[in-house]
Amino acid sequence: MDNQDGTDWVYSEEVKKHFFEPQNLLMEDPETFNADGVGYVGSPACGDMMKIWIKVDKNSDKIVDLKWKTFGCASAIASTSVLSVMVLENGGMKIEDALKITPQDITARLAGLPDRKIHCSVLGDKALQAAVNDYFSKSGQRDRITKEEVSVVCDCLGVTNREIEEAVLEGAHDYNAVQGKTKCGTGCGSCKGRIEDLIKRYKSQYFDEKI
Amino acid sequence: MNKNIYLDHAATTPVDDRVFEKMKPYFSEIFGNPSSMYMTGQKARKALYEARIEIAKVFGCSPEEVIFTSGGTESDNLAILGVASALKHKGKHIITSNIEHPAVLETCKMLEKDGFEVTYIKVEANGIIDAQKVKDAIRPDTILVSIMYANNEIGTVQPIAKIGRACKKSCVYFHTDACQAAGTFDLNADRLHLDLITINGSKIYGPKGVGALYVRNGTSVRAIMGGGQQEKRLRPGTENVAGIIGLAEALRVAQAERESENLRLAKLRDLLINGILETIPKTRLNGDRENRLPNNVNISFLGIEGESILLRLDMMGIAVSSGSACSSGSLDPSHVILALGVPFEVAHGSIRFSLGHATTEEDINYVLEFLPKIVSDLRAISPINM
Repeated sequence: MDNQDGTDWVYSEEVKKHFFEPQNLLMEDPETFNADGVGYVGSPACGDMMKIWIKVDKNSDKIVDLKWKTFGCASAIASTSVLSVMVLENGGMKIEDALKITPQDITARLAGLPDRKIHCSVLGDKALQAAVNDYFSKSGQRDRITKEEVSVVCDCLGVTNREIEEAVLEGAHDYNAVQGKTKCGTGCGSCKGRIEDLIKRYKSQYFDEKI
Repeated sequence: MNKNIYLDHAATTPVDDRVFEKMKPYFSEIFGNPSSMYMTGQKARKALYEARIEIAKVFGCSPEEVIFTSGGTESDNLAILGVASALKHKGKHIITSNIEHPAVLETCKMLEKDGFEVTYIKVEANGIIDAQKVKDAIRPDTILVSIMYANNEIGTVQPIAKIGRACKKSCVYFHTDACQAAGTFDLNADRLHLDLITINGSKIYGPKGVGALYVRNGTSVRAIMGGGQQEKRLRPGTENVAGIIGLAEALRVAQAERESENLRLAKLRDLLINGILETIPKTRLNGDRENRLPNNVNISFLGIEGESILLRLDMMGIAVSSGSACSSGSLDPSHVILALGVPFEVAHGSIRFSLGHATTEEDINYVLEFLPKIVSDLRAISPINM
C-alpha cells in the first residue's frame, strides 16, 4: 500500500485508532507489573525500539497479559498496540500460537501499511518472541527457546541472511538493489543464486508476493 | 477542532494575493510566446523584461544577468553543473558544506562520479560554517564554492560576505542557494561577492515551479539543456511568463517588507523557542540561537520520534515537519541535524516549526498550549528515558 491518492491521513483508520488510543500500554512501573518475560528489539538510534512485558499462565501456557512501550513512528506504535490486542483477545493466545503471528498478520489487522513502514511491524513480532524467550529462560524451559538462525550467505563479504532480510524490508526488491545495500555478491559472486532465493522468500513473507 | 495553523513555510508558502493578481492576465489574456513577433507575443516579452528588471534591482545587477529557471533545484543544478562543465579543463575541485540542500549535495555527488573532487566543509556544532575553513580548503584547482545562504532545516545563516571575499581573492566562483533567505536578507551580489545566486518562488509567497539564477557577467557557465535561444541559451524553453511575473512580484514585495516582517517573526520565533524550552523538559534547540532565520524553530524532543509528534500536532490542526527518518522517506534521519554532531536518536526526535505571514501570537500560544501534552503522552508510550 502506498498512499498517493491525496486522502488527508497517510495511514489507515485502524492505524489512526491505535496510534491515538494505544491499547495495553504499560503505564505502571515495570517493577510492580511483575512480568514473567520481558523482551525488546531495535534501538533509538535506528528510530524504532519496542519493549514487551508478558504474563503467562503456566497451566494453560497462555499469554494472559501483555504490556508494551514503543519509541517510533505512528505505524510502529499502532503495530505494537494491535499486536497486543491480537495476543490478548479471547482470554489470551497460547504461546505457540502467539509465536505464529507474522508481520503480515499485523499489517493485515492494521488494514495495510505503506511499504517502507513494514519493517516497523516486523519489530513487534520480534519483541514478542524475545519476551517469550525470556519467559522460557526464567521458567526453566530453556529447551523451548527459539533461536533465530543467522548464517553467512555471502562468504566474501560476510553478509548474513539477516542483512538480506533487512535490505528487502527496506525496499530492496531485487538482486541489484539488495547488492547496493549490502554489497553481497561483489566478491566471487557464487552466492547469487542463494541470495536470489532468499530475496524471493522474504518478499513473499513480508510483501505477499507470490514465489 | 477547526484550527488550521500552518507552520511549514520553509516547505512552501501560499501565493500572496498581490502576486496572484499580477499573474492573472498572463494565463489566457496575454498568453503569447515572448519569442513571437506579433503584438500578443511582444506584450509578453515586455512583461518578461520588466520582471527581469525588477529582480535585477534586488541582485543589484543588470537585467541580462538574471536567468529564469523552473525553480531552486534547477538553478542549483545549472550553477554547479554549468560551471563544472565550463571549467573542467581548469580544475575539478568543488567546495560545499555538509548541510546543503539535496539539490546541491546530490548534484555534487553526480560530479564526483564524473571524476570531480568535492570537499564538504563540516559545520560547527551551532550549524554555522567557519568561513576560514572554506578559505583554507581552496586549492589551485578549485573552480567553485557553493554554500547556502540560510539552512532550510535549522535556519542557520552563513557568513556569505566573508566567504565571498575569500573566493574573490582566490578568483574562485562563489554560488549560494538563497531560496530560504530570499525574502529575509540582502541579496546584493556585489556586497556579498557572489557570482551565482539561486532563488525560487515557492518560499517567498510566489508561485511554485519558477526560479532564477543570477549569473554575474563574464562567469563561465555552460547550459545543461539544449534547445532554443531563450535566457541567453543558458536555459532554453518557452518562458513561464505568468510564473516569472509572479516570482518578480513576490521578490519585490518580500524585499520591500522584509525589515518589519523580520522583526515581527523574530519575536514570535523567540516566543515559541522560549516557551518550548522552558515548559517542556528534555528539549534541545537545533542550530544557533541568534544567527538563524527569523521564522525558524527546530527542536529535538528527547526520547520520542518526530513523525509521531508531527501526526499528533496535525490532529490538533498544526502543520509542521520533522527530520526523523520516518517522515523523510529514507531510513536515515536528517543529514543536517546529524551534522551538528548529535546522536541519531536526537535527530529522529526533531521538529521544525517555520513561521510565516499568517502566523500570529495566538497561533504560537495555541501550539504552546497543546504541545506539552502531546510530548508527555508520547513519552509515556516510549520505553526510552533519555
